[in-house]
Amino acid sequence: MPAASAIETISAVAWGIRRRVLENTLRNGGGYLSQACSSAEILATLYSGVMNIGPVAEPLVPPPFAGVPSTGNTGYRLGNAYNGPRQRILDRFVLSPTHYSQVLYAALIETGRLDPSAMQEFNRDGSSVEMIGAEHSPGMEVMTGSLGQGLSQAIGMAYGRRLKQEPGLMWLFMSDGEFQIGMVWEAFQFMSHYEMDSIGVYVDVNRQQCDGAMSSVMRIDPLAEKLESFGATVVSVDGHDAQALLDAGRTQHPGKPLVVLCQTDPCRGVAELRKLGGKLHYVRIKNDAERRRFEDVLATFNMGIA
Amino acid sequence: MEIVSQVHARNLVKLGENHPEVLVLTADLSESCETGAFRDAYRERFVTCGVSEQNMLSIAGGLAREGFIPCVHTFGVFLYRRALDQIAMSIAYPNLPVKMFGFLPGIMTPGGATHQAIEDVSVMRSLPNMTVLEVGDATETESVLELAISIRGPVYVRMLRGEIPRLFPASQPMLLDTPRVLADGTDVVVISSGICTEEALRATSALRAKGVSVGHAHVSTLKPFSPGVLAPLIAGARYGVITMENHTVVGGLGSIVAELMVEGGIHGKLVKLGLQDTFAHGASRSYLAREYRIDAMALVEEVQRLVGRPSLVEAQDLAAVRVEIALSSAKAEAM
Repeated sequence: MPAASAIETISAVAWGIRRRVLENTLRNGGGYLSQACSSAEILATLYSGVMNIGPVAEPLVPPPFAGVPSTGNTGYRLGNAYNGPRQRILDRFVLSPTHYSQVLYAALIETGRLDPSAMQEFNRDGSSVEMIGAEHSPGMEVMTGSLGQGLSQAIGMAYGRRLKQEPGLMWLFMSDGEFQIGMVWEAFQFMSHYEMDSIGVYVDVNRQQCDGAMSSVMRIDPLAEKLESFGATVVSVDGHDAQALLDAGRTQHPGKPLVVLCQTDPCRGVAELRKLGGKLHYVRIKNDAERRRFEDVLATFNMGIA
Repeated sequence: MEIVSQVHARNLVKLGENHPEVLVLTADLSESCETGAFRDAYRERFVTCGVSEQNMLSIAGGLAREGFIPCVHTFGVFLYRRALDQIAMSIAYPNLPVKMFGFLPGIMTPGGATHQAIEDVSVMRSLPNMTVLEVGDATETESVLELAISIRGPVYVRMLRGEIPRLFPASQPMLLDTPRVLADGTDVVVISSGICTEEALRATSALRAKGVSVGHAHVSTLKPFSPGVLAPLIAGARYGVITMENHTVVGGLGSIVAELMVEGGIHGKLVKLGLQDTFAHGASRSYLAREYRIDAMALVEEVQRLVGRPSLVEAQDLAAVRVEIALSSAKAEAM
C-alpha cells in the first residue's frame, strides 16, 4: 500500500478529531462540538505538517492531576511532553482559547501522541484531562484560557528564545473572538515594534462566540486589514482545505509575525448543528430524539473510518 | 538624617553586572521608575512595552518561562489595577520569577487617586504564590532587589524612589519575613510599614520622653507573614496595638496583624491607622498624611487615647518634619 499523502493524512486526522469529539459529546451529554467541526483541519495541519516538533516514543497516558504550581509542589509537571522534546531548534505550540482543549486532545490522539484512553478521563474529577485545559493538561505548557493572554505569553517566550538565539518557532492557535480584546492589539503592536517573525498564528474564523454570532455581538471586520495595518503578514484561507492550510504555514514573513485567518464552518461535518439556531458555543444534548440524531451522525463517521 | 537619592537606579545597574538573566521591562515610565541607567548600560536587556501593561505582564510571564528574571517597572496602580488577570494567570498561577516594582505607594504622589496605590497590598497578598514586600528607607531600597531576586516565585515590591531617608544601618539589609524590632515596650506596641515608620519614630521618641513605654516594630514583608518576633511583642502590650500603614486599612498591615492576633489567641485592642476605606486626592505628602491621619501626631493621639493620658505630647514636641521637595531633581517629574 502506498504511503498516504500529507493531505490524506491531514484529512484522516481531521475527521478522526470530529469523530472523537462527537463521541465524547454524546458520552457527556454535551461538549464543545462546534469548535471541533470548525477547527479539525487546522489542528490536524499544525500537528501533521506545519509544526517542527519532535515525536513521542509512544502515546502517553495522562497522569492524574498533581496539584497547582507552588514552591512546595515538586511533583508538578507541564503538559508539554505530548508535543515531543523541548529543544532549541524545535517549535512550540500554545493553545490560546482553552475551551478547544477537547479538540486538542483528539488531535493528539489522532497523531499518536496521547493514549486514546485519555478521552475517558475528560472532565473527570482528579484528572489532568480537564474540560477547559490548564498548563498541566495534555498538549499545553502555558496557562491560557483567560482569553487574549496566550499571544502575549507566547511573545514573551519568543522574545526570550530570540535572546538565547534559538531558531525554534512559536505556533499559536487562536479564536476570532479573541480579536475583540484590547491586549491582543497591544501584542501585535509589540511584535511589529520588535520585528518579531518567529511567531505564527492560526485563527479559527468561525464567526461564533459565547453569546452567538459575532455579527450580533461585536463585529471585528475587516480583520485582515486591521492585522496588516498592525504589521502582520496575513494569509486568508479556507479553513477546511488542507493544502491551503499547509501552504499558508510556509508563507515567508521576514520581520513580521504570520497570521493565517482560517475561514471555517462551525457545523462542518455535523449538519445537525445547523438546527441549534446559532447557539453553538457549547452544544448540550437536550433530549433522546436529539441524541439519536447525533448518534446517527457518529455511525456514518465510524463507517467512513472502517 | 542621611538622605540618599536614586538608590534603585544604581542598584539595578549593579545587579545587571552579575545577573545576565535579569531583564527590565517598562511601560513608558522608564525614568520615573529609575530604570534609565540600566537601559543605558544594558540596552539589549531592556524591553520597552509602551503604555500597554496587560501585554507587558503576560510577556513577562513568557520571558520567565524561558529562564529570564523580568523586573517589571511601573506605578503600582498600573500593575495590580490594570493587569490583575494577567498577573494572576500569566505569573502567579505558574509561580514564575517575575519581580514587579510598583512605585508611588499610597500618598507618595500628588498625582491623585489615579496614581496612588492604596489597596495594592490587599490585592496582591490575596494572590496565591505571591510574595509582597515594602521598603521603608534607603537601606531597604538598596537591599530589596537582591532579596526579590533570591525568592523563587513572583514578588510585588512597594517601591520608593527619589530622595529617601536612611533609618536603618546600611549594614542591616532587608530580610524576608523578618520584622525589625526598633524598641521594646509594655504599654503600647506600634507596628508600622513603609514611609509610616519614619513618622512613627518621631512620635515614639516623644512619647517615651513622657514616660510611656512604647514598643515599635517595622514590617517590610507583608507576605509571607509569620508570628515570629511580633507575637510576643504584641502579647506584652498592656493597653493595645497600633498599626500604621500608607494604605487602606482593609486588607493591609492592620488586617494582617488582626489575623495574627486572632489566630494566635492574643487578646488586646487593635487600632488601625491608615486610609479609612477612602480614596485620597492630589496634594503634598505631608498634607495628605495629616489629612488621613498617618502622621506622627495622629499616632501620638492614638497612643494617648489607649493609655488614657491626654495631652502628653504637643505638636511642637515632635522632631521637625522633613519637608520633601516636590520638584526635586532626583525625580523625573513633579509627581
